[in-house]
Amino acid sequence: MTLTQQKKLKTVLIGSLAWIIALVLFFPIFWMFLTSFKTEAQAIAFPPELFFKPTLENFAIVQERSDYLYHAMNSVVISFGATIIALIIAIPAAYSMAFFPGKRTKDILLWMLSTKMLPSVGVLVPIYLLSRDYGLLDTRTGLIIIFTLMNLPIIVWMLFSYFKDLPKEILEAARMDGATPWTEVTQVVMPLSVGGIISTGLLSIILCWNEAFWSINLTATNAAPLTAMIASYSSPEGLFWAKLSAASTLACAPIIIFGWFCQKQLVQGLTFGAVK
Amino acid sequence: MKYFAKTALVIATSCAATMLATDALADTVLTVATVNNGQMIQMQKLTPEFEKANPGIKIKWVTLPETQLRQNLTQDIANKSGLYDIMTIGMYNTPIWAKRGWLSPINTSGKYDVKDLIPSIRQGLSYKDKLYGAPFYGESSMVMYRKDLVEKAGMKITDRDKWTHIEKVAKAINDPKKGIYGICLRGKAGWGANVALVTTIVNSFGGRWFDMKWHPQIDTPEWKKAVTFYVNMLRKYGPPGATSDNFNQDLALFEQGKCGIWVDATIAASFVSNPTESKVADKVAFAQAPYEVTKKGSNWLWSWALAIPVTSKHQADAQKFVRWATSKGYIKLVAKHYGWASVPTGTRESTYANPNFQKAAVFAKAEFTAIKSANPDDSTLKPVPYKGVQFVSIPEFQSIGTITGQMISAALAGKMSVDQALENAQKIAERQMRASGYY
Repeated sequence: MTLTQQKKLKTVLIGSLAWIIALVLFFPIFWMFLTSFKTEAQAIAFPPELFFKPTLENFAIVQERSDYLYHAMNSVVISFGATIIALIIAIPAAYSMAFFPGKRTKDILLWMLSTKMLPSVGVLVPIYLLSRDYGLLDTRTGLIIIFTLMNLPIIVWMLFSYFKDLPKEILEAARMDGATPWTEVTQVVMPLSVGGIISTGLLSIILCWNEAFWSINLTATNAAPLTAMIASYSSPEGLFWAKLSAASTLACAPIIIFGWFCQKQLVQGLTFGAVK
Repeated sequence: MKYFAKTALVIATSCAATMLATDALADTVLTVATVNNGQMIQMQKLTPEFEKANPGIKIKWVTLPETQLRQNLTQDIANKSGLYDIMTIGMYNTPIWAKRGWLSPINTSGKYDVKDLIPSIRQGLSYKDKLYGAPFYGESSMVMYRKDLVEKAGMKITDRDKWTHIEKVAKAINDPKKGIYGICLRGKAGWGANVALVTTIVNSFGGRWFDMKWHPQIDTPEWKKAVTFYVNMLRKYGPPGATSDNFNQDLALFEQGKCGIWVDATIAASFVSNPTESKVADKVAFAQAPYEVTKKGSNWLWSWALAIPVTSKHQADAQKFVRWATSKGYIKLVAKHYGWASVPTGTRESTYANPNFQKAAVFAKAEFTAIKSANPDDSTLKPVPYKGVQFVSIPEFQSIGTITGQMISAALAGKMSVDQALENAQKIAERQMRASGYY
């Protein structure tokens, strides 16, 4: 086998492996999508039916029972709100740690990340009580605050790694030209790492959109996002798989479409600095 | 610039004024927390009828999975958050929460006809003779079986057979090669899952959860016999992976024609006899739950009820809604819109006396007999200090029941012996009861 053939074979093998992994990861979503067009009887049929007469009945039921647009609007406001606030806090934090590292910078970064290791249920009661006392239960503001704090460590970490890769000489040149820290961040650092900031923001939006634990525990009717709407279709007594799949498909659709349009930035941002 | 500032101020003031005015004229909004059951969904759909009859009251729904609902409601009521005006709670929580003063008694005066409520259900939802949860629907447990398979095997199932007979029938009709399993039972761990069924088996084998001094009895011979019987039968004649089966998984198996016998909630009868979702609708028959040593406690009793937390700021309006949703008139309203086969059952005697319901629901008689025969005040052979058939009406039971369920599930999966599982559960229950100051 020649070297070129070996290279080709390697490419084919890696490509096949990537396809297999992608299909395995995509299969649950595909199955959910398929089930949403089945009747409840078809949804539980064994062996599972791949070819069937599709029905839109489940979507009609979801539309009739739930105010989809209201829940979707809550998801949008909460996800984007939390992401914007988190970025506003994280950019200066990451800037200071990347360009003016102190003795404890690494420890601080590790400590920030360690807060993500705490199981959410461990702090449910104190956060519930604080939310109650400050009138934040079942409000978008309450969830925005929680999601901001929840995603802040990851956002700071990601931005820190992007900022660290910027050549320090550019910042020094800006300082020589009389740039203040504010202009340094807004005129130099941010424009140079716009790809990284966008991909970090996208990741944060996806994380907020998919969050279910706090959404279900801290909301009732006013601030319930799409994850809370999905939960309402699980039934203790009676078949519900097809309806649940329809609700999940409707909840996933906006973020999948959003991710599809932004995939270039997302991949660029996530792989940026991956080979360091 | 000044012009813009002035315009913005005018707009902001107008908006604020409009919002205040809207608030002043706003309806009373009642938030109802519930589970996603067929009957609850009907209630949501029929709510406009209530709103039409009661102008000024609007209903908002929060629907959650059963476990999450319990957690959210407990959080809300224990912390006095006041997020919900009406709560869907079960027979287990109602007397416990009423005792703590967390619930307002239901106004049963006038046309409500409280005496029409099935006595066992009314009793289970009362504390000190006051009703704290208005039953929305009730259930017991019974046997559902494939009469074609049983007849073909030359066997018979009748009301109140012995468990050992049920096992013989399960053995006779078990044919895994054809995809038919002799018996399907709950195997998933949880106090509301496998423990509900296992407790009825234990009761009928002469066992109990606690003695009169609140000492756990989980490692007694009665428990060992009952749980060994359950584990062996389900392992030999049950479907594979039974440890993850709860009501819905067994329902799916039964409706697909994969189970010969299924012992579970009476509410299942309405699903398995419905030809639009069940492949075996015309082949199903029903019988009263089996027993072994005693008939006491061999079928469970449960009800989903509507309760009003004391923290609700709209007590009078909440009472109005609860009375409407659990009234005789509401049952007639459901019948008018969805037919008599779809009405919420297990709550009122008048429903079962109605000839239209009797005609529409083939399971009516079996269900009524099962519900009437369950007695939460006398469900064990030996005396006990607690109330409840498949549960013990103390707050500690939720964790003791769940841990015991996990141990039994582990024994079913073959991860430990039945003896080991029950000994572990006994130790944990003893520790919990001691910590709670029972002895």
